[in-house]
Parts: sequence; C-alpha cells; structure tokens
Amino acid sequence: MIEIEDLSKAFQVARKKEGTWFGRTWETVRALEEMTFSVGRGEIVGYIGPNGAGKSTTIKIMSGILVPTSGRCEIMGLTPWKDRVAHVRNIGVVFGQRTQLWWDLPVSDSFLLLKDIYRIPENSFREQLEWLVEALGLEALLTFPVRQLSLGQRMRCELAAALLHRPSILFLDEPTIGLDAVSKIAVRKIVKKVCAEQQVTVLLTTHDMNDIEALAERVILIGKGRKLYDGGLNALKARYVHTKRITAEYAGEGEALLSALESAGCRLISSDAGRLTMDVDLEVTGVAEVIQRLTSHLNISDISVDAPAIDDVIVRLYEELAL
Amino acid sequence: MKLLWRYTVYHFRSQLEYRVSFWLTTLGQFLVPFVSFAGMALLFRQFGTLEQWTLSDVALLYGVTQLAFAFNELFIRGFDSFSSLVVSGEFDRLLVRPRNMVLQVLGSKQDFTRFGRLVQSTIVFVWAIANASFQWTFLKGVCLALMVFGGMGIFAALFMGFATLSFWTIKGLEVVNLFTDGGREMAQYPLTIYPKAIQRFFTFAVPFFVVNALPLFFLTDVPGYEAAIYAFVPLIGFLALVPAYFIWNYGVRHYQSTGS
Repeated sequence: MIEIEDLSKAFQVARKKEGTWFGRTWETVRALEEMTFSVGRGEIVGYIGPNGAGKSTTIKIMSGILVPTSGRCEIMGLTPWKDRVAHVRNIGVVFGQRTQLWWDLPVSDSFLLLKDIYRIPENSFREQLEWLVEALGLEALLTFPVRQLSLGQRMRCELAAALLHRPSILFLDEPTIGLDAVSKIAVRKIVKKVCAEQQVTVLLTTHDMNDIEALAERVILIGKGRKLYDGGLNALKARYVHTKRITAEYAGEGEALLSALESAGCRLISSDAGRLTMDVDLEVTGVAEVIQRLTSHLNISDISVDAPAIDDVIVRLYEELAL
Repeated sequence: MKLLWRYTVYHFRSQLEYRVSFWLTTLGQFLVPFVSFAGMALLFRQFGTLEQWTLSDVALLYGVTQLAFAFNELFIRGFDSFSSLVVSGEFDRLLVRPRNMVLQVLGSKQDFTRFGRLVQSTIVFVWAIANASFQWTFLKGVCLALMVFGGMGIFAALFMGFATLSFWTIKGLEVVNLFTDGGREMAQYPLTIYPKAIQRFFTFAVPFFVVNALPLFFLTDVPGYEAAIYAFVPLIGFLALVPAYFIWNYGVRHYQSTGS
C-alpha cells in the first residue's frame, strides 16, 4: 500500500548573520533522514513524535505537496510528486487545524463541490454519502452553514468530506485537536468504524496519546527526522514502562517511611493531607514490597496501582532519547 | 467549466450571507472610480482636449481599462490575493486535489463587490461609444472588444505573475500594486501623453500599449494606422499570459521543493 524507502528531505533556511544588515548564511535543516517504512492495506498506524520531528513533512511528501530531496515513496504504485493528479484520487486528507468546508454555506453544498472536484459519478456519490451520513450521524447537520456547527460536528463533516471520493488511504493530521472529551471519543469511534467497514488505510498524526491508544495497533515514533520505533503499541509500553504508580490514602505519620522508600526505588510525586502518589521503579523494587511496607507502617484506607499512561511513556521516551 | 461555475455560484451565495456589508462595499466600488472619472471629465471641460484626444476618446480607454481590471478583480481575485492562500496553508489543500492548479486558484476566491466597479465602467464605456469622435465600423467594433479582452489578459498575467512572488516572500508585496493599480491608473489615459521612458515600459515590460494607444490610433483614423492589422493588435495582450503561466508553474515547483 505505502512503501517508503530512504526518504530524505533537507531544507535550506536563511539565517541572518549577526552584526550585519544584509548578511545571510544558509543553513541546511534535515527535516527527514532516510525514513523507511511500509504500511499494509487496512492498517491504522499512529505516526507520532515531538513538534519539529518531521511528521508533517512526511505527510506532505506522501500527499504530493512536497518533493523529497532523495529516496523512494510509492503509494499504490504511484509516486505522489510525479503523478500528483492520479495519486491524490487515492487519498483523503484531514487537516485538524483547517477546514475544507465552505464557512457560510450548508455542509451539503461543500459535498456537492467535492463531487465536482473529484468527478464522482452520481450513483457512487449518492451511495457513499448515504453511508457516511448514516455512519457519522450527519442527518441533522447537512442543512446548516458550517459556521453554525460546533467543532465536534464540524470534524465529523470534515471526515465525511475526505471520504466522499472513496479514498483507499486516509491521512489524519491531528483530527481531535481542540475537541471536547465527548467529541474526541465520537471521532475515534467513527474513524475506527469507517476504516473497518471500508477497508481504508489510515496514517494518523496526533499529540493526543488517547487517539493512538484507541485507534492504532501500530505506532511509528520519529524524532529529528529519524525513525526511532516501529511496532506494536503494547510492545512499546512493555519496553519503556519500568514503573507503576501507587496512590494511597492513609492516616498516621509517614515522613520517615517515605524518605526511606525514596532511597529504595520510589519517586514521590505528591503527598499531602493523607494522600500520596508515588512511582515505583520496577527494576529496583517490587510493587508488592512497597505496599507491604506502606501497610505495615501506616493506616491505609485506600490504595490503587496503575500503569502509567502512554503520555508518560512518550515523555520518558523523549527524555531518554534526548529529543 | 462546470466546476468553475459552481465555485462562482458558491462565492456569490457566501457573500450574500452578509447582505448589508456586500451592498455597501459594492456601492463603494461603484462610487470610487466614478469620482476619478468625474475629475477627468471636469479637466476636459476646462481644457477641451489632451494632445489630440477628446474626452470621449479618453473615456473609451478609461472604460476598456476599468472593465478589464474589474473583471479581473472579480474573477481572478484568487491570484490577486494569492499570498493569503499560501499563508493560511490552503494552497496545500489545493495540491491534494486532482485538479488543475490554475483552475483551483481561480475558484478559491471571487469578489462580487467588484460588480460595482464593473457597472460603473460599463456606463462610462457605453457613453464613450455613443459619443465617439469618429465613425464606427464593424472592424472598429471588433477592435474595441479585443481591447477589453486583451486588457483582461494583461491584468490576469500581472496578477498571476506577481502571485508567484508569494512563494518566496509574503511581505513587501506593495510593489506589485505599482504594476496592477498603477498600470490601471496610467492606462486610463492614452499612453502617448507620458514621457518616452514610461511609454517604453508599458510597451515592452507590460504591454498595455497594445490595448491602449495603438488601437486608439486605429479607431480614430490617425494617418498611418488605418491598416486592418491594427484592429487585431490588442490580441498581443493575451500573449502576456504565456510567460506568466510559465513563471507561475516555476513557482509551484519551487514551493513543492521548499515548502515554507
């Protein structure tokens, strides 16, 4: 489906020379270096990395907007920047920050324009629109001008707009940015449903790790233009999660104990008014051992153990790899 | 064509969503060039002629230039305000659609408030035709129509060529107005009244001469310019679109290799 091999992209960026008025030096920024990966049909892949890692550069190359410096990129047998017009028929793109709908016109008008842009045959258009309206719950929204829709409603319409021409591949660039919790969950459900039922391959970039957890079985993590990890989400967790978090409510004097625990592989996150949170380093000590020490010294009324959220995993990963 | 029509209808409907603002701006677009024409008429009343040209001759050129310009501001607005398309990232969106880029940029923006200018210039144009200082012939009619079309071609080429600059620099594009707005103001008068250097500039750099003084010689039967070929000289204005198109394509390719 998607084959990327040794893909590199370097930009020339002008830097002003200090102390001169017009002096400029050119600096080469390597946005992407020898990126290699492939994605199969129907896969949902989370493409993650910190800001400036090269995520959007990759997406732009894959959607035919940018031409890479070197390397190969073949998507359904086409090279995006060489066969732009043929290639973009196969893809749908949702930019979470921008809209492709007409602000002052009813949503259905934007859909009709897309029908003309993609030259979608009448039958195919009707059928797909019906399916999308049903799947995304757009029935009540179609007649409203886009400016009157909530962000969550709008994002559902954006998804529909990107899928009208039945693309085989969908690029989602931060599809849940700015949405409230309920809308986020709705959008994730929809993406999942659409991909399963229409066999769409999805590449998803996001900063919200819950998106990844809900949607992607596979993640590609990049930093500074290079691929750092490519594999299952659970494997990533297993590889980088060496801690568990204990939250406890207690009565009694715990300071001496806590400082003793801190020197034995525990990191205190917070402790006040009889409530403490700490991370246990599993390479130094065990959860059971810590709990035992807590219960034997303090009067514990409630205790819970959690694996860290994927967010924390990523933050730690970034730190570890010095991104 | 069908797609372009849909774009046009959508822009019109979008702009009518804000009715008061729309009609007021349209009225303004009607009045502002009208004031400049009124000033022109007053000067002629005082001085009679400008070189050998009468008010109706000049009004004819005024009509041609304003019509061509208004048409461009209405339908070629996408190129006129192209920098905003690049800044907002909307240009990326156009690139991921399976259509010709020029067509999509044309569809990206149209400004129907320019209808005011269009109506105003049509009124002056019709008045100038009715009060011409010379006899109309069929060929002269053809020539006049070509002047308008050639003028549209030149303005469109200017808009398109300068839109390309947006791929390199976003700010400091005011210099562009020197050519578009400046060209419009200059070409309202017969270019023969200007110093030689300016005439040359508007002949070879920006070919307004071929839709302006040259066909006007033909229309007013200036000796030496009676040959029918001069009626078709305005077509050269359309040729300006060729280099503009190549410059534009070069810009798009540059954008695709640099991003920015």
